[in-house]
Amino acid sequence: MVESGKWEPKIVAFLCNWCSYAGADLAGTSRIQYPPNVRIIRVPCSGRVNAFFILSSLQKGVDGVLVSGCHPGECHYLTGNYSARRRFALLKNLLEFAGIEEGRVQFSWVSASEGVRFAKLIERVTTRIKTLGPSKRLVKTPDRGPFHAAVND
Amino acid sequence: MRQLTTDIRSIARKLLQEKKVQVVIGFERGSMPLRSRPCFVRKEEDVERLVWDGFCENTLAAYLPKRKEKVAIVAKGCDSRAVVELIKEKQAQREQVILIGVPCRGMIDRTRVEANVAPKRILQAEEREDVLILNGSDFEQALSRSDLLHDSCKTCTHPNPVLHDVLAGQPLVEKDGDSFSDIEAFDAMTSEERWAYVSKEVDKCIRCYACRNACPLCYCPECFVDASLPRWIGKSTDASDTTIFHLMRAYHLAGRCVSCGACERACPVGVDIRKLNRKLQKDVKALFGYEAGLSLDETSPLATFRPDDPEHFIVNP
Repeated sequence: MVESGKWEPKIVAFLCNWCSYAGADLAGTSRIQYPPNVRIIRVPCSGRVNAFFILSSLQKGVDGVLVSGCHPGECHYLTGNYSARRRFALLKNLLEFAGIEEGRVQFSWVSASEGVRFAKLIERVTTRIKTLGPSKRLVKTPDRGPFHAAVND
Repeated sequence: MRQLTTDIRSIARKLLQEKKVQVVIGFERGSMPLRSRPCFVRKEEDVERLVWDGFCENTLAAYLPKRKEKVAIVAKGCDSRAVVELIKEKQAQREQVILIGVPCRGMIDRTRVEANVAPKRILQAEEREDVLILNGSDFEQALSRSDLLHDSCKTCTHPNPVLHDVLAGQPLVEKDGDSFSDIEAFDAMTSEERWAYVSKEVDKCIRCYACRNACPLCYCPECFVDASLPRWIGKSTDASDTTIFHLMRAYHLAGRCVSCGACERACPVGVDIRKLNRKLQKDVKALFGYEAGLSLDETSPLATFRPDDPEHFIVNP
């Protein structure tokens, strides 16, 4: 359970429908414990993950993003994760180059039979993001409109 | 330079005479010193407008997409690389374009010239081999050409057109591969320092999209910044939105950017735009062994994959 008053990271996980989502499901049905910080979004394939999904998540104040798909060679659509892997390699490097902390955005492969691996992965990702602390760099502070100050200050 | 101008004019005249093309895209003298501007020559008698000097900095390849007629284009090294990428991405047909290749000695950054003589006003500029001679109402000054080049020209390793149908002048010596030492130095800084630098640069941005408009490879009918369904990012100069704009603009050019530097030259507020592009260029070369714009046959790196692509970044719990 999340203790009240203590900061807990919010992590968004984009999981592919065919492997990683099923892996998460298996972890659940097998009653394997893993940190409750992760919010799962099911996508058809890791190749579906647009870089904007990741950046928009960070912009909205998520503390970490995980993307996971089928192991290379096991993609339901045969090559989706191969294409994704090239894009992720560049994106991860670019974000870190621009000063987004290493570990804010992580990538992995989890198959449908790897419930244990999924739990371990979430454990590891959560620990990493906890050490990084709350995400601040790309977070967008809500625009309160031009008249906010006039009315409220 | 004068010889190149004559060569370009005679090639253009011949192409128009023989009706091989409907338009020749080149440069003409601008209305101010240190300026040359793009020009579209459709009639034989206008061929005399064409010039070639150290101020032909625009990337003319940007005028190529969506063109219906047959075109001849005066192409520097970077222009030709952009044309190669455009042909590969089916934004132009090879048969449709005649490249008038011009080996390029690098273009002169006029802001650097002006900084050298400020606050005096330059009324006339003349190029003689490696020297630029400036004249004003009360001064004459000679500057070394190599100190005045654009950053993108300083790091350029392919001054000769990679693809051309006719070549004006003699090919130059190709330079050694880019060392990306600036990118390595930046990478060696801490994450905080890099973020501070990126934030400071992005903070200047007024979101005019001149970088996008000048880019020869930004031809999408609807750019992500203009889309409203879905609205990918906010349209104001909010720091977060603007950072994401710069990240995504660079990312969309991954493996496509030919490093012509048009973005940086177009920027009215001097954002260090090429930093992110060059990082991607370096990674694309290191990870996938690809350099944009060098060959018509090589598949673009993000349109293909290899089963043994690097995956050092994958978390294995």
